[in-house]
Amino acid sequence: MLNGTTAEIVERKALRINPAKTCQPIGAMYAALGIHGCMPHSHGSQGCCSYHRSHLTRHFKEPVMATTSSFTEGASVFGGMANLTQALRNIFTIYDPEIVAVHTTCLSEVIGDDIPTIVNKARQDGSVPEGKVVIHANTPSFIGSHVYGFSNMIMGMVNYLSEKTGTTLNQINVIPGFVEPADMREIKRLAAAMAVNIVMFPDTSNVLDGPLTGQYKMYPEGGATVAQIRSAGDSIATIALGHFASHVGASTLEQKCNVPAAFLELPVGIGGTDRFIDALRGYAGVEVPAAVELERGRLVDLMSDLHQYFHGKRVAVSGDPDQVIALTQFLLELEMKPVFAITGSPGNQFEKRMHELLDGPVPTAKIKANADLFELHQWMKNEPVDLLITNTYGKHIARVENVPFVRYGFPILDRTSHRFFTTVGYAGATNLINQMINALLDKKDRECEEEWFELVQ
Amino acid sequence: MSELSDKPADGCDNEGYPIPSLPQPDSATARAEMLEVYPPKTRKKREKQLLTNEPSAPPEIAANSRTVPGIITQRGCTYAGCRGVVIGPIHDILHITHGPVGCSYYSWLTRRNLARTKPGQPINFLQYCMTTDMMEEEIIFGGEKKLAAAIREAYAIFKPKAIAVYSTCPVGLIGDDIHSVCRKAKEELGINVFGFSCEGYKGVSQSAGHHIANNGVFKHMVGLLDEPDKEEFRINVLGEYNIGGDAWEIDTLLKKCGIHVTATLSGDISYEQICKCHTADLNVVMCHRSINYMSEMMETKFGIPWVKVNFIGAEQSAKSLRKIAQFFGDKKLIDRTEEVIAQEMAALRPVIEDVKSRLKGKTAAMFVGGSRAHHYQHLFKDVGMLTVAAGYEFAHRDDYEGRVVLPTIKVDADSRNIEEIEVEADAKRYQPRKTPEQLEALKAGGFNFKDYDGMMVEMKKSTLIIDDISHHEMEKLIHLYKPDIIGSGIKDKFVIEKFGVPCKQLHSYDIGGPYAAFTGAANFYREIDRMINSKVWKLITPSWKKPANAATAMGKGIDSPTNKAIREVVSGLAKAWKPKKAAVEAEA
Repeated sequence: MLNGTTAEIVERKALRINPAKTCQPIGAMYAALGIHGCMPHSHGSQGCCSYHRSHLTRHFKEPVMATTSSFTEGASVFGGMANLTQALRNIFTIYDPEIVAVHTTCLSEVIGDDIPTIVNKARQDGSVPEGKVVIHANTPSFIGSHVYGFSNMIMGMVNYLSEKTGTTLNQINVIPGFVEPADMREIKRLAAAMAVNIVMFPDTSNVLDGPLTGQYKMYPEGGATVAQIRSAGDSIATIALGHFASHVGASTLEQKCNVPAAFLELPVGIGGTDRFIDALRGYAGVEVPAAVELERGRLVDLMSDLHQYFHGKRVAVSGDPDQVIALTQFLLELEMKPVFAITGSPGNQFEKRMHELLDGPVPTAKIKANADLFELHQWMKNEPVDLLITNTYGKHIARVENVPFVRYGFPILDRTSHRFFTTVGYAGATNLINQMINALLDKKDRECEEEWFELVQ
Repeated sequence: MSELSDKPADGCDNEGYPIPSLPQPDSATARAEMLEVYPPKTRKKREKQLLTNEPSAPPEIAANSRTVPGIITQRGCTYAGCRGVVIGPIHDILHITHGPVGCSYYSWLTRRNLARTKPGQPINFLQYCMTTDMMEEEIIFGGEKKLAAAIREAYAIFKPKAIAVYSTCPVGLIGDDIHSVCRKAKEELGINVFGFSCEGYKGVSQSAGHHIANNGVFKHMVGLLDEPDKEEFRINVLGEYNIGGDAWEIDTLLKKCGIHVTATLSGDISYEQICKCHTADLNVVMCHRSINYMSEMMETKFGIPWVKVNFIGAEQSAKSLRKIAQFFGDKKLIDRTEEVIAQEMAALRPVIEDVKSRLKGKTAAMFVGGSRAHHYQHLFKDVGMLTVAAGYEFAHRDDYEGRVVLPTIKVDADSRNIEEIEVEADAKRYQPRKTPEQLEALKAGGFNFKDYDGMMVEMKKSTLIIDDISHHEMEKLIHLYKPDIIGSGIKDKFVIEKFGVPCKQLHSYDIGGPYAAFTGAANFYREIDRMINSKVWKLITPSWKKPANAATAMGKGIDSPTNKAIREVVSGLAKAWKPKKAAVEAEA
């Protein structure tokens, strides 16, 4: 398995091998699914839409609806106006969404289709019915990564929808980051426990984790409503979780509607969650209830119980930048050693922030943005680790290097825990600890000498 | 069903179709209802792709035409058909996608085209995803330099025997000449390097990609190695992709009969096997849609005849084996083939009878691929299930109406964009495998070369045929027909299952398979039995939402008149009972 990967590192300038990122439009599609009553629309070839729907479906094991402009060679030459106009007419007639969220692809970006102009014309000719909403985001696949696409669609939501009426509402905006429905649910639960009224967008809980009832709903209960995103301009503040996925949306809202923004990282682990709770407490002027402190206390207790298993363990982490930055801090709280940390996404902030975090506790740590799994694997061949944390694409590396493996981030195509168990908040940290301890101890129990095979651990 | 069961074909009508246990809707009415919602222009288009079947005179279907934008289609793109389907499974050559990162990423190990490394093969390249990961700079200034550098780097690290390069949408638009880059790399590195201009926007579906892939494989690989395998009765299995191990199942079965597979295009296939596949004596075609170009070109250039086969379904597998044995005309081979068929059928009979007892009279619908929506109807039929509606995602008219319509198919602008390569008989290597007399004799014995009747003639009259089905039509179909199972792909799977209808992925088989040949058929029967009769569908409705039936539900028991009476008595007693003050104080 992966026999072509050797310890000898040859410098590459052109060839990407086993990427740790994918393209912008899938992130935009995912974000759009977090708007209630929304049909995401991919303006490009059919394949883009098909691949994105397939990949999201494989990750969530849930229906993922989206439409496409179905470009053929003609549209690629003459522009996609006719295709998008016809698509909008069909979508509103057949599927009756409240809102269509258009994202571009590399094809329509290279052609240079101007989405607002096309949509305006479509509105004039009646292809977009009165009262229906169309927003868009430019998501060229040759810039950034899927995380940028997610962020750009949030910017689209703010630019098109959020308004300041002058009356401040007793609510706080939360931009949750490119996280799971289970994580968004957890963020809402924590805010409710604090008695803080939040508007979260996007919100894919109750959209991509629906029940089996015998009835299919094209537009499930969940998602931030258009009215809620509109009202975000009147909120007290915005808490943006994650530099790469959420900060642009929050600063856009700050500029457009003068809503102050708190730029946080993902609430993973003790410190990350504390900062989130603190931000909610500060903006809403509430006390942290005993129940939340109890959760936190239980987590600290668990960390102290298991400290012996985690201390000093060498960890390799790959994932989306916001996830890796937040997780690294939790690993440090557990006194583990994140020796390798990469993301496939480009962007200077990743390496800068990771050096701030790791230069002290793990001065030899290798940190790289715009990297790939092939390189991470080569590092691991040269200096073995005790634990690998990344998405499903790490499973080959884990198998061939016989390293305990925890699946974390997007996409996870071969397991289900991400669908139900959050990794944010104190509960999420507990879940992460559970997964890590199982991975570490399962290997020990499977492989240790008989005399060291112990009943009590 | 004589070979499958000693009993007469029970549950079938006099034409041999299984009889559904529930009444079925009128297909013309259903069709009208499906089309009703569409805007006029869309309706006009869909009307030609949504038909009620007439097996005696298949109606013309507007297959292989553009998808209406916004309709929610199952279809993918040309790149997916080329890199993903046809070339993807070649596991000992290195594949580089030239373009932004997404296309390579999504085609990385997502099709279940399983492969075993061959002895001496150092690397299974299917585990690697390689791309030039084009950035804005290359989009503006051109990506040829980066591609050339990527090929060089790939060679330096992996030393592959060949490198294939695939274009994605922006590459075509900015005008990168990947073929010239490949030619130069070939000279420089001394290995085979070739490109595929399979930009996603070409054609109307994956189908264009199959065609482009066929052309490239034929031009750059087939015929490079003139070393026939030593075994006799050599064939190639074309249009078989080893999803869930199907090709291995077919190989094993053929081997039992004494038939040797030189190459399976493209399932668990090595570069060398493709290079020498022109040395086989017969091409058998499984998926007509994706590979008929190759079988035609190989016949013209090398003189290898081709026949359509189908190893999906017990009777179809038997028929296909007999066809191959008959082609070679060897008495021992024919006898051995009959022995194998008898053994396999005998082993299958108890399975089929057991499963059929639970599935007889159920119905299926299938919307998949360019062959499977046809082939899998045989498996359902084996266990007494009728296919009430079917359609392909990317097939052409001949896959529906049969190859007889080939001369009448109009070549539209989208198809004209796909190269038709000129092929001539090879001056040295063209060698007809049969003499004209032998061919005549075979034909006289009912042997049809280059023949495919298509899906329509085998489907029951008035069933629904839906080409490139939309999400809306799928929903309507479920409401109107309530099929017991639907065969489709990953994008539909969980939509269908939310309705409480099981969906078998027939592109990737979910995690199952193999389903080909006899042992594969047994797997499929059991799988469908598991899916349709799974208890999970019965758990959907909680007891308190089920119609009152005290006999069947514990929950209902609580509300039954007897229980109500008991509750009243108990609550009466509770009210009447008062603790004695003294006893309470004593305990304290």
